[in-house]
Amino acid sequence: MTYPRNDHGIHVPMPNARPGDSADFSHHAIPPAGSVPMPPVDVAPADIHGHAFTLIRVLDEDGNAVGPWNPGLSVETLRQGLRSMMLTRAYDARMVRVQRQGKTSFYMKCTGEEAVAVAAAMALDRGDMCFPTYRQQGLLVARDWPLVDMMNQVYSNSRDRLKGRQMPVFYSSREAGFFSISGNLGTQYSQSVGWAMGAAADGDPRIAAAWIGEGATAEGDFHHALTFASVYQAPVILNIVNNQWAISSFSGIAGGERTTFAARGLAFGIPALRADGNDFLAVHAVTSWAAQRARQGLGPTLIELFTYRAEGHSTSDDPSKYRPGSEAQAWPLGDPIERLKTHLINLGAWSQAEHDDLAKALDDEVRAAGKESESYGTLSGGDRPAPSTMFDDVYKDMPAHLVAQRSQAGL
Amino acid sequence: MNMIEAINSAMDVALERDRAVTIFGQDVGYFGGVFRATDGLQKKYGASRVFDAPITEGGIVAVAVGMGAYGKRPVVEIQFADYIYPAADQLISEAARMRYRTGGEWWSPITVRSPYGGGIYGGQTHSQSPEGIFTHVAGLKTVIPSNPYDAKGLLLAAIEDDDPVLFFEPKRLYNGPFDGHHDRPVRPWAKHPASEVPEGHYIVPLGKAAVAREGTAVTVLAYGTMVHVALAAAEDSGIDAEILDLRTLVPLDLEAIKASVQKTGRCVVIHEATRTCGFGAELAALVQEHCFFELEAPVERVTGWDTPYPHAFEWEYFPGPKRLAEAMRRTIEI
Ligand SMILES: Cc1ncc(C[n+]2csc(CCOP(=O)(O)OP(=O)(O)O)c2C)c(N)n1
Repeated sequence: MTYPRNDHGIHVPMPNARPGDSADFSHHAIPPAGSVPMPPVDVAPADIHGHAFTLIRVLDEDGNAVGPWNPGLSVETLRQGLRSMMLTRAYDARMVRVQRQGKTSFYMKCTGEEAVAVAAAMALDRGDMCFPTYRQQGLLVARDWPLVDMMNQVYSNSRDRLKGRQMPVFYSSREAGFFSISGNLGTQYSQSVGWAMGAAADGDPRIAAAWIGEGATAEGDFHHALTFASVYQAPVILNIVNNQWAISSFSGIAGGERTTFAARGLAFGIPALRADGNDFLAVHAVTSWAAQRARQGLGPTLIELFTYRAEGHSTSDDPSKYRPGSEAQAWPLGDPIERLKTHLINLGAWSQAEHDDLAKALDDEVRAAGKESESYGTLSGGDRPAPSTMFDDVYKDMPAHLVAQRSQAGL
Repeated sequence: MNMIEAINSAMDVALERDRAVTIFGQDVGYFGGVFRATDGLQKKYGASRVFDAPITEGGIVAVAVGMGAYGKRPVVEIQFADYIYPAADQLISEAARMRYRTGGEWWSPITVRSPYGGGIYGGQTHSQSPEGIFTHVAGLKTVIPSNPYDAKGLLLAAIEDDDPVLFFEPKRLYNGPFDGHHDRPVRPWAKHPASEVPEGHYIVPLGKAAVAREGTAVTVLAYGTMVHVALAAAEDSGIDAEILDLRTLVPLDLEAIKASVQKTGRCVVIHEATRTCGFGAELAALVQEHCFFELEAPVERVTGWDTPYPHAFEWEYFPGPKRLAEAMRRTIEI
């Protein structure tokens, strides 16, 4: 393949399809489920270079689990995973509705990417520390963090533990092992390596996991993370969520035309896996593999989770302006919830009727949580934190100039 | 034109007139920018001159510095001013000093555009006003327009300037002259005289302030959104304030400041950025240095508080007309 230089001498990547075109994913080679070998966790990184260029898949087109990466999870675990993914989706749906009603300022969904967070959370230990982006709310859901608490943050209401300071979805929960989300892309990625190095130095068995969007891999922090993780062999799982779009920019603008995102690990000597991010079992399997490596002192793993951002970037975005409307439907690796559902039905452990009942029950659960949270206030009405708290936590102890400013503000 | 259209028009004119002008930044190409400032420009001038950049602010500014060294005139967008910090080293250590450290052999004719300021519930990472950090750096110019006419003329002047220019766009003004009353509907620019923007080329020179309102009781030094807050404060309070729209912070129109403060004998500085070491401190120092014997009262500062910008308390944080009117009154009553 050659890359044409345009009229002015530089090559500017362009996606295969734009609004008005029909969606085109033909350039993505998708190997059959079960076709990629599973190496021992102490494999030399150089011996699995190929794993950075293929796609680890477990669930085949018919919803059967095949091949060496099948994690062999119990039916109970699979049902739990399905439930968490469905709950995440129901939560997202409601939060977008309340944003449209003006009860909060902003929201970001993870539709189609639920497996990325939920399967990883289930493959990690509860004590492991997650350094997420704004699209891994599924980590909190899978760790059974109360929806009401999440909603309180979205509403900036009187029970928001972050005291109305952070934009909606920028959660933080030390107890849930969910590191504070920054609006500045990528900063958490190198921080995760620092956390992991700290734990390793203490003989602490816990490990760290981080997520970054493929677009944000261009940031310096991505490269800082790989350098430190490689040099110090930090016990960290570095996930790249390649959902193919960074607002309006397709993955080619982040360098995705030349090679895979997983391949970025190779030059650092970090073992790199590329996995089907819409396959709950594949995500679980690669996370477990990487977690074992980290826990055995074998160092970091880089994982590219190949997925598709099925909806807009955020409530401020209109994706129909930059990509075909039909693209989400055309995405060949399907929907993570549908795929796991089919798998469970194939196992004789689930039915459409049970699925419908669960969906309804989860909707009710979300609605009840929403009612409770709204009773503590929303951005547009009801209770909220005392405005004077705006001056707290800038420093551990409030210096005199802030005391003066607080009283000047009349608060 | 509204302010977005005026900014778009400036870049259109610049691209048309000079082949060296090249525009890039996150989402600025096909999509035309998340605030639509580059709408239609890629279509008109081709992807080699207007293109999407990877998400790396440090990279964007560094590449602009290199392109500028070659002889191009890059105009780059940082999607929100809050994200300029990853590029700070390239701006502060590289672009700002290129001319100085090479004895004039190389320079950085780059323009860095960025929406800044609060008022859209952007929380602490979509609301900041970082101008004071950069006005502190020798070698950078800092421009902040307050209306569509100025925005176009100043942006063209910035692009044509051979020094690195930071061009901060008050995003709260993109669609209308927001006056700090968040509970009142925003009036569209169409009703404002500064929305009469010529289609073609003109410049508003860097380093020239404008008198936004003539008055005798007190001088208000303002820029960007705060010009409109000051106008609202004068109207609401009935105080006969003279309001200077600084337009560029570096270079600064000290003569205009002196003339006004020597006339009124009183001065209040207003900005949205945090107070400590903010640009207001520089303005207050200059006023006391140059107008000490004419001053009837200490110079007051009305600013954002020394906290990050909180999501739920924007309006408690925002220095609105009420706070400014109180400060003007205190100054006058001395
Ligand atoms: C340092 C920085 N630059 C720019 C932005 C604006 N921004 C927010 S999200 C986004 C796109 C991120 O895309 P990607 O990393 O692929 O993650 P995705 O949203 O697709 O999950 C951009 C440019 C930001 N938040 N931080």
